[in-house]
Amino acid sequence: MLHPASSWDWQPGERVVLDSTGCPAPHEWQEEPYVAPDGETFGAAVRLEDGLFTMCVNGVPWEASFDKLWHPRFGPDGRLIAIVQQDGEWTLAVNGEVWPETYAFMWTPLFSLDGAVIATAIQQDGRYGLCVDGTPWDTLYENANEFSLSRDGQASAAVVQTQSLAAADIAAFQRGVFSVAVNGQVWDKTFVNAWTPTFDAAGQRVAAQVRLSLYDYSIAVDGELWKQNYACVWEPRFNPASGAVVAPVRIAGSWGLAQDGQIIWEPVFAQCWQQDFSRDGKTIGAIVATGYGKFTVAVNAKPWSATFPVVTDLVLSADGKRAAALANEYNANWRVVVDGQAWNGLFDMAWKPVFSPDGLHVAAKVEKRNRQTVLLDGKPYKRDFEQVWEPSFSPDGAKVLIRARDGGKYLRIVAQATDF
Amino acid sequence: MHEIYNLVTGPLAWLAWGIFIVGSIYRLAIMYILAKKKDAPSLAYMSWGFSLRSIINWLIPFNALGWRRNPLMTVATFAFHICLVVAPIFLLAHVALWDQFFGITYPVLDEKVTDIMTMIVVAACLIFAARRIFQKEVRYVSGFQDWLILVIAVLPFATGLLAYYQLGNYQVMIVLHILSGEIMLAAIPFTRLSHMLFSVFTRSYMGSEFGGVRRVKDW
Amino acid sequence: MGIKDRLIEDVGLREGVKRLTEDKIEQVVQTVLKGETGARLAAYSEICMRCGLCSEACHFYLSHDGDPSYSPVGKVQQTMAVLLKKKGRVSPDFIYGMAQIAYTECNLCRRCVHFCPVGIDTGYIMSTVRRICHKLGVTPQYIQDTAHSHSATFNQMWVKEDEWTDSLQWQEDEAREEFPGLRIPLDKEGADIYYSVIAPEPKFRTQLIYQAAAIMNAAGADWTMPSEPGWDNSDMCMFTGDFEMMGRLKRKHFESAQKLKVKRIVMGECGHAFRSVYDMGNRWVAWKMYPVPVIHSIEFFWELMKQGKIKLAKKYPGPVTVHDPCNVVRGRGHHEKLRELVRFLVDGPIIETASNREHNICCTAGGGVINCGPPFKNVRLDGSKAKAEELRATGVKTIVAPCHNCHGGLEDTVHRYKLDMHIKFLGDIIYECMEKPS
Repeated sequence: MLHPASSWDWQPGERVVLDSTGCPAPHEWQEEPYVAPDGETFGAAVRLEDGLFTMCVNGVPWEASFDKLWHPRFGPDGRLIAIVQQDGEWTLAVNGEVWPETYAFMWTPLFSLDGAVIATAIQQDGRYGLCVDGTPWDTLYENANEFSLSRDGQASAAVVQTQSLAAADIAAFQRGVFSVAVNGQVWDKTFVNAWTPTFDAAGQRVAAQVRLSLYDYSIAVDGELWKQNYACVWEPRFNPASGAVVAPVRIAGSWGLAQDGQIIWEPVFAQCWQQDFSRDGKTIGAIVATGYGKFTVAVNAKPWSATFPVVTDLVLSADGKRAAALANEYNANWRVVVDGQAWNGLFDMAWKPVFSPDGLHVAAKVEKRNRQTVLLDGKPYKRDFEQVWEPSFSPDGAKVLIRARDGGKYLRIVAQATDF
Repeated sequence: MHEIYNLVTGPLAWLAWGIFIVGSIYRLAIMYILAKKKDAPSLAYMSWGFSLRSIINWLIPFNALGWRRNPLMTVATFAFHICLVVAPIFLLAHVALWDQFFGITYPVLDEKVTDIMTMIVVAACLIFAARRIFQKEVRYVSGFQDWLILVIAVLPFATGLLAYYQLGNYQVMIVLHILSGEIMLAAIPFTRLSHMLFSVFTRSYMGSEFGGVRRVKDW
Repeated sequence: MGIKDRLIEDVGLREGVKRLTEDKIEQVVQTVLKGETGARLAAYSEICMRCGLCSEACHFYLSHDGDPSYSPVGKVQQTMAVLLKKKGRVSPDFIYGMAQIAYTECNLCRRCVHFCPVGIDTGYIMSTVRRICHKLGVTPQYIQDTAHSHSATFNQMWVKEDEWTDSLQWQEDEAREEFPGLRIPLDKEGADIYYSVIAPEPKFRTQLIYQAAAIMNAAGADWTMPSEPGWDNSDMCMFTGDFEMMGRLKRKHFESAQKLKVKRIVMGECGHAFRSVYDMGNRWVAWKMYPVPVIHSIEFFWELMKQGKIKLAKKYPGPVTVHDPCNVVRGRGHHEKLRELVRFLVDGPIIETASNREHNICCTAGGGVINCGPPFKNVRLDGSKAKAEELRATGVKTIVAPCHNCHGGLEDTVHRYKLDMHIKFLGDIIYECMEKPS
């Protein structure tokens, strides 16, 4: 990691990073702001008076400006990217410097875990694939979707179409023209469909959902199928410790979890997805529905007793002892639910909870009546803001970084437990 | 003849009522278990309010679009069902039987009224039969079961009329009347007559979906 | 009388039945009947009195001079009733006809609900027949192709990911010429509104995106559109009977909105997609209602009108008639809002068709019928005679139809029956009449 959390400023207190979030350079309009993970940098796309676009970063526009600019985002290492177009060609601008390579179109930037590697989806001459730090795959395809980058950024994958289809050629489609390409190399087998290719922790293996006919679903790992077929499957995930592949599978109308083709959670759920592992791989959590319209979280196949109409954003603590998720009533009355207990308070919106590295604390961004704040272990920070970004913990878990925008200022706050 | 009479008013009556009651409970229970197991996404929307809203609105003649577009059928259907249920319950001769066997008494309708109601049931059945024969969209979908239940439904009333007016052999007619009534009771749970049991639920379900989810009337 | 007399050649149906045997059919039918249906189908099939009252509900029946094989119960009689009676042991030829009835002679419009005293949902029965056809691999070619597209791209028209975003940026550029400063904000987290469309919009009805952007801009809406798959709310898999894909599409759509933390989804003027989000797709996923509220354009425009956010420079010249799309009117009760809005937009009266509001007659394109493509176009247009006659009787020149499929279907109907009418989306009228920068 070029700029790990341990190197951030963790001095408790509030610091005004920008007195004015407006870009001082003359501009026609300014777009939505983004901030760096360490909270030190605030950037927003602006349309300059000459009709060109650039990023204004902590009040200073990039030197370069572009015909078009979209998808500005900060990477995990704090670099600011945007997809930009100049003279009809698209490329990626990273901290204002563009990649030398250009493409007919570019979208879906992906970062490695430390942010050092950036991959994007590309189209060039009607061919599709990924480029990694600007360099395209050797082979591009008729179409590509479902892009994925390994944690270390050394491998990239996508679902690709291996041959052209004539208009409405349903027979050819059903013979299977889709597969998974890893670093541009397509698997031997083709499928009717493939979805959500995902890497193992080491970036060596890839698992994906596949449909073998219109009716038979399975999981393919490095191109090899599980022996079992199912009525449906969802996204496979690698166990970070054992390397086993776990996926939700549907049997006789109900969902459970299978590992390498063997049932590990009996199919008793009306829904089951978004499974997650503890670091040692011994604990598995997933969002499940225990009955029609009754969603909750199950940890090691045991569901929480409280159920909700909708549950999203499950996260396990690293040690697997705790789990947190969001619940809501059809997008209203959001709650943060930790270890099966909903925190006090109903919110208009909530964001994915974050565990401290030691798993002792949970923080989450919430919104009520157009004001946002951060909750720590259920308690709100002492004030609210027009906007906050999702919180992060100091490596020792004792402090919470709050990045906030209010009253035209951009603030960086290192809060302690007593501030909540 | 007397033994036959005793048979149909004794053991067979018990049997018919038994089949009707136990059979109905059995069918409803099995259907409910099946619904719980397989139709959770439908049961989840059931609502008392919208169920009643739908039932009431369909019980008003000419209220639903379907009724308005089929006036003859509307009149026939309402008259048929009202008379089919009311006439046998409040018929003097039937109430007398309740009294005779169980000592239960309750008010009766004037015999002239029940007489006309019985004729209405028979007339409505004739209309239903005529539709099955002469209306091509009904003929196209009519099968053995449809004719069977029509016969089952009309027989107790036709024989009742014949007995009441002492047309034909009264003894035979009254036995046939009782027997056909018993056949009808016993047939309810196991033929299309089971709409008597289930249509309240299908109607309620439709009312609940249209009221609660689709926010429109289902009539 | 019956489907055997009117079979139409279709590659999807023909190749599908070639692969079948009676054993295979029996096994698949039994799997669906035992595995997926329950008390609902059992009760419907048992208590249908074969009274025929539903016949007059159906525009196919009305348009075919009372041919009973087109009535709702007549169609059940030729399909599900036979499957149940023969316990699924039927011939491949039978399946061909069954599929043709289910996919091309029933729009799943549910008008027959208003005619059935015992509350039978023939649309559900026909959907179940389609489900069986899907499982048997006997589906019309063109709609099956859209289902394939859904599975491969998460949109119905094979729109590639760059084409989608490029279309949005192109429309944004175009609209900026007319409305300086206009934006189509992409992937804007926390926006009030996630605007979702169907794939024909970026493919060949880009003016609808342009108009939506113009209206959102004029209303000062806090809105966004997603750049990644999930943007297409449509769902032909619901209509082919591929319920697994239907669920996958809805998951993708709603997770796309959840990821952007929007308050609600506003969808364009589409009917069937609306059915999919609150009535069918969500249910397969086990969400009792849509996990993110989905507001149809009728309701959204109505809200804007009520809030004074649509400022008109002129009114659209009336009189007009209103076509009520099944899935948003009989499906969601939007008929009065639709009329309030039309009265606000139009100078002149609304001349109602004889069947209106929740009693509307279907455009004959819905339920995936128009998506079955050219082989079945004539069937569809023959079936829309009843609608055409009601439209002709209004004597007006403009039909307001807030649904893409209705629009497409009515255009064909107007042409076939020489109605001399034109069809407008609400967005067309609002865009045409709204105040614009000079």
